[in-house]
Amino acid sequence: MARPASPATGPHRSDKRAELLLGALASVVLVLIAGMVVFVLAKAWPSFSHNGLAWFGSGGNVDTQLIDIFNSPANPDKYEYTFHAWPLLYATALVTLGAVIVGLTFALFAAIFIVEFAPNRLRAVLEPVVRLLAAVPSVIYGLIGILVLVPFVGNHLISQGRKESVAYVVQLSGNSLAVAVVILTVMITPIMIALIVDALRTVPRSWTEGAHALGANRWRVVWTIAVRAARPAIVGACVLATARALGEAIMLSMVSGSVGFAPNPLDGLTFFVEPVRPLAATIVDNAEGLSVKPLGQTLYAFAAVLLISSLFLSLGAWLVRQPMKRYGVRP
Amino acid sequence: MEAATARVPAARPLESGWRRSDRLFVGLCWATGILLCLIAGSLVLYMLFRGLQYVSVDLLTTHPVSDLDQSKTGGFLDPLIGTVILAVMGTLIALPLGVGAAVWLTEYGRPAWLARSVESGIEMVAGTPSIVLAIFGLLLFSQQFLSFLSFTASGNAVFGRSFFAAGAMMSLIALPLIFGATRAALQAIPSHVREASYALGKTKAATIRRVLLPMSREGMATGTALGMGRIAGDTAIVVILLGATLRLQGVGDEPVLSTLRGTGSTLTSYVYNNSPAGEGNAPDKAYAAAFVLLMVVIALNFGIDLFTSRRARRA
Amino acid sequence: MSSAATPPPPVRRIQVDADPTVVAPSTPGTTNGGHSNVGLAAPRRRPHRATDGLERMRAEELTVYYADKPAVKGVTLPVRSGEVLSLIGPSGCGKTTLLRTLNRLTELTATASFEGRITLDGEDVLAQEVTSLRRRVSMVFQQPNPFPMSVFDNVAYALREQASRRPGRDQLRPQVEEALRRAGLWDEVADDLSHPALRLSGGQQQRLCIARALAVRPEVLLLDEPCSALDPRSTATIEELILKLRDELAVVIVTHNLQQAYRIADFVGFMYLGELVEYGPADQVFGDPRAKRTKDYISGGFG
Repeated sequence: MARPASPATGPHRSDKRAELLLGALASVVLVLIAGMVVFVLAKAWPSFSHNGLAWFGSGGNVDTQLIDIFNSPANPDKYEYTFHAWPLLYATALVTLGAVIVGLTFALFAAIFIVEFAPNRLRAVLEPVVRLLAAVPSVIYGLIGILVLVPFVGNHLISQGRKESVAYVVQLSGNSLAVAVVILTVMITPIMIALIVDALRTVPRSWTEGAHALGANRWRVVWTIAVRAARPAIVGACVLATARALGEAIMLSMVSGSVGFAPNPLDGLTFFVEPVRPLAATIVDNAEGLSVKPLGQTLYAFAAVLLISSLFLSLGAWLVRQPMKRYGVRP
Repeated sequence: MEAATARVPAARPLESGWRRSDRLFVGLCWATGILLCLIAGSLVLYMLFRGLQYVSVDLLTTHPVSDLDQSKTGGFLDPLIGTVILAVMGTLIALPLGVGAAVWLTEYGRPAWLARSVESGIEMVAGTPSIVLAIFGLLLFSQQFLSFLSFTASGNAVFGRSFFAAGAMMSLIALPLIFGATRAALQAIPSHVREASYALGKTKAATIRRVLLPMSREGMATGTALGMGRIAGDTAIVVILLGATLRLQGVGDEPVLSTLRGTGSTLTSYVYNNSPAGEGNAPDKAYAAAFVLLMVVIALNFGIDLFTSRRARRA
Repeated sequence: MSSAATPPPPVRRIQVDADPTVVAPSTPGTTNGGHSNVGLAAPRRRPHRATDGLERMRAEELTVYYADKPAVKGVTLPVRSGEVLSLIGPSGCGKTTLLRTLNRLTELTATASFEGRITLDGEDVLAQEVTSLRRRVSMVFQQPNPFPMSVFDNVAYALREQASRRPGRDQLRPQVEEALRRAGLWDEVADDLSHPALRLSGGQQQRLCIARALAVRPEVLLLDEPCSALDPRSTATIEELILKLRDELAVVIVTHNLQQAYRIADFVGFMYLGELVEYGPADQVFGDPRAKRTKDYISGGFG
């Protein structure tokens, strides 16, 4: 951005004061954020240092480990820290990736529909509806999930026989991977649709007209020109959606299940109805134990993982958009 | 030479200059569009149906009753008040920070490394999950030097959960929205406005105060409304930082401060607690509260849409 | 932006009782010895060619409406191969709309519709698929609009879209090279065909757009003020290019630059407020225009 305009007579004393004051306000924000990163990492350190890299590995039942940590005595020397977070990390990855992949596909085609193929009256209804869906609080999605979808899956989709066959390992109650992914998809898709629609609309008309004049049909023009030009925005929408999916705690704690279980894809269809508990949901479920030192530190370790992941996400998105600049696609 | 034929309309139907895969994709687009309509429609209709089934005026005006069987008695007046308090507090704290940072970034912005860091920092906050903000807030407000903002138990453990704590963290949710909207509004002001002001002899500070900020009022209002909407809809911070008491429990004796230092609940935590995920077992109350919450959010967004479209039409 | 040094030109009034539409060319002998009597001093690039070209397209009584308002009124025009037809007229006279209707590009505007008939090689334009029509009638726009891809992908775009099965890069290379050669751009880009198209200069980008339009070997080339965004050097290059292309295709060029039309046109159609006021060989329209409005326009009276 060009240098902002300034008065010709040079900085006045009140200007210097204003600049300092405003600069201080802006820096407060920065200090807060830096403080957040530092403090969360510092509080999380004992859990990481005690387990080393095995913190990310698997081994043992996550829930019993958490209970042990919670029950460990008040003597600081005898704190229990053993923890292997793999089932939680795996659950987080499954739920997030599933929702983002399905959501992105859906959002892309829905956005193309809204911009190119929808009749005018339908378009005028769909756009505010999409914005509305994006603003609905996550607890409402969770409520519908837990009161409608979970009983539906539990009572109608999972047969009694299937439940009994795995009863010795895990309870299939309808709180499942499938419900979590479905509702999370519905939660993150509207934002992606809105962002992609905006991006498709700002593609210069000269490009799409030129493509039409060369004899490409309407679908090919949208796909090869508009979507291609909107790629940076699509990447941005993906990142936003992934960040939202990663950090979703409340809705997932309501529908995904309360056991830290790692579903096995080799289980076939049962894989989709096994319960999971992503990281953020685990924090919420164990929130009462935050003041108990070792459990609190373990939970802060979860938060640290979430924080670093969202940092890396933004960085990765920025990196992916750089090569696209070469061909003139605006970042 | 034929006589002029009937007027040829502009849009032509799909012709056979299309490959089969092209037609498939267009069909897919239509399918997703219709699916979108169906999902949105069923969501809204279901909430409407359930909400109207259970909501009533005295639910909105009576205090909740702490009873093991929640489904019989009490309303959700306290959670409603809690939502309002948090929304107001959060935006009140976020406004000076967000507007100040936006003004500094667009009008001054020196040194450049600081400007870039502030921008990236606010983007980071926007991307941080609210659960992480929540437990950072707990960490912060459990410290001794902030004990006056909440309840201190015997044994010197700072409780750390209060309206102050929740409101402060909620401000971080509204901050990126207010910052973004204000910055967009300021950048949209053409430079000749500033130059005219300076040419009249006004200092930069006076220009900002008297000319630029009033001109960006609408952008700020939009950002504030968006922020309030997001604060009203957030649950994670409330669950962790508001102490989860059904009714507003004040701490101390001062009139307003005691409520703010105390604990309570909001519509979102009320819905959460009354669902099978929480302790209460009153799905009808949960539906009613969710309905009210949804109406508030819809009204807010509808208002923002109306406002921005009217502004666009005027421009 | 205008300096106050020279006084503004005098305002000339338009005579409303002038002769309206004239279509057939006049008989020779009434011209002014081949010299223009309206002050255009530059020599013509090539002498006017005899009209023995094959008629490619024909607009008959064409009226184009934008939401009930006619932008083009009852125009009848032939487009012949081997000659350059230039449409001139002041802004808003409908020449661009007429051009865009020839390849049905007006269909992209929801409120546009037309009456009348346009034929390509005798066949009604509406009876064909619009995608194959646009392969035979290509267009170059006023602002160079290369796609955000490499030079190669730009030129190969139409070839890839028109093929039923996606052709490989090696298959496309000879056609891309031929199109770039015809557009006079080959020497400048041959060493790096994957260069981003948006990094070329303005004149190069416009020639790239011409190459892109030529890749599918069209029969008619429509140009909508192709040089108005370019500097004089690039303009000269493109004008030479057009003259070279006219041997192989039918060229229709819309221009508001009378000098340019004088330099390169074989036939000229003067439009005013949607009507075709005069159509004829360039020598006759510039040298001895029959309609009063044409005379006023060419001598700088308005527009």
